[in-house]
Amino acid sequence: MININEVRETNRMIEKENLDVRTITMGISLLDCVCNDLGLLCENIYHKITEKAGNLVRTGEEISKEYGIPIVNKRISVTPVSLVGASACKTEGDFVKIAEALDRAAKKVGVNFIGGYTALVSKKMTTADETLIRSIPSALSETERVCSSVNVGSTKTGMDMDAVLLLGKMIKRTAERTKDMDSFGCAKLVIFCNAPDDNPFMAGAFHGVTEGDAVIHVGVSGPGVVKTALEKVRGADFETVCETIKKTAFKITRIGQLVANQASERLGIPFGIIDLSLAPTPAVGDSIAEIFRELGLECAGAPGTTAALALLNDQVKKGGVMASSYVGGLSGAFIPVSEDQGMIDAVETGALSLEKLEAMTCVCSVGLDMVAIPGETKETTIAGILADEMAIGMVNQKTTAVRIIPVIGKGVGESAEFGGLFGRAPIMPVSRFSCDDFVSRTGRIPAPIHSFKN
Amino acid sequence: MKKVIITVVGKDSIGIIAKVCTYLAENKLNILDISQTIVDGYFNMMMIVNFHAEEKEFDTVSSELEDLGQGIGCVIRMQREDIFSQMHRI
Repeated sequence: MININEVRETNRMIEKENLDVRTITMGISLLDCVCNDLGLLCENIYHKITEKAGNLVRTGEEISKEYGIPIVNKRISVTPVSLVGASACKTEGDFVKIAEALDRAAKKVGVNFIGGYTALVSKKMTTADETLIRSIPSALSETERVCSSVNVGSTKTGMDMDAVLLLGKMIKRTAERTKDMDSFGCAKLVIFCNAPDDNPFMAGAFHGVTEGDAVIHVGVSGPGVVKTALEKVRGADFETVCETIKKTAFKITRIGQLVANQASERLGIPFGIIDLSLAPTPAVGDSIAEIFRELGLECAGAPGTTAALALLNDQVKKGGVMASSYVGGLSGAFIPVSEDQGMIDAVETGALSLEKLEAMTCVCSVGLDMVAIPGETKETTIAGILADEMAIGMVNQKTTAVRIIPVIGKGVGESAEFGGLFGRAPIMPVSRFSCDDFVSRTGRIPAPIHSFKN
Repeated sequence: MKKVIITVVGKDSIGIIAKVCTYLAENKLNILDISQTIVDGYFNMMMIVNFHAEEKEFDTVSSELEDLGQGIGCVIRMQREDIFSQMHRI
């Protein structure tokens, strides 16, 4: 039988160390909504989402109350809209109509974000893919809850550099269209290499075509719990540190599995995966950078940070994988700059540069996340940053992503204020050297040699 | 029927256990186990209780316990037992 110390430990994690279930995300396939009449398509989409996810928020709140564990977000991901709208949408405006239908559906069921305004173009863009990508600035500035993502490369297919350059332009345009909100539109746009089909985390969530009709994914979190556990092993050797992280990750993930099973049972929708992630928030004590300090670094960005992150990422996976029946998504440690007070401090004190962040993305779960750069950064330079990050993913057979925000009207030394879970992003300097002629070559970069495993 | 864990944390005073037990008895909720300790000067009690929603819903009992706690200067929480067994048992 459970004893009082175990009960106190769990409740301390929840009350003092910010343990929470970060998101329950319902993935919904929209493939059966497809038709070539745009009005009917939007109607089909709205009805399918509101019918499937009508009880999502209420169920999440019920589970949260019964178990006493916060479930921070309830969200929806849908089939990539470039596929769903390919037959009905002839113009950018047509795609924006779908974004509006998604936004309406999200508001109706009460979720804070809906992901899947997505195109998968790792080899080459179709006409529909390109039209959707060109519509992203309008879609993200004219809707509130829609999130967008584009997969531009994979280890198996190589990287579509035409899409990379186009996205450099679209990121800049999205920033301009939302400049009165510190270019917040870009916080809802993720560019991926090797994007997973079952990611529950925004802004890059979409319901992959390999998934069933509807599915429940859960993302867990808990950097504060790991940090507190590490406080007890200060000065110990790496073996002890790793064991401590593994055990903590196991406990955190078990809670995610419980919530996922409950949500799946109550909603009558199959359970998909648990995303074992350490996802920070701007709250003090809920920070990956604080874990680095606990591991012995003066600050995130100090020499040794990449090694510390590699260790952390790997132990989180090793501990979590046994606690869950299915693991997927992005699983690992997230390092979004604006959403982590310790990372913000590291940038402001000059300890963490864009280049060091890029190195860190080689060993963490995703990539350059919630990074603000000067609003005057050239489109081609943004494309160059995207290409670098995508190349890391492509060659290392891992998911990488970029969520970068050129903050229009602001420069280095200032910061962008997004509020809530999105936090505050100090603007980071970008290399002033040009990559114009490189990113403007057309075509694609071939798949790396080690992709041929047959 | 499902097991729930009721935790009571607060400043120690006379009659805390009595008041919580009386409430549970009035609502026909059977206590399976009680343990209690003082941590950093604070009263900590944990009860394992069989919960059946014949008369009152989980939500109602949970908020009535919360209100009861406020009246005696304690924080009372009711949580389903599985969250603890999941985390601490393989």
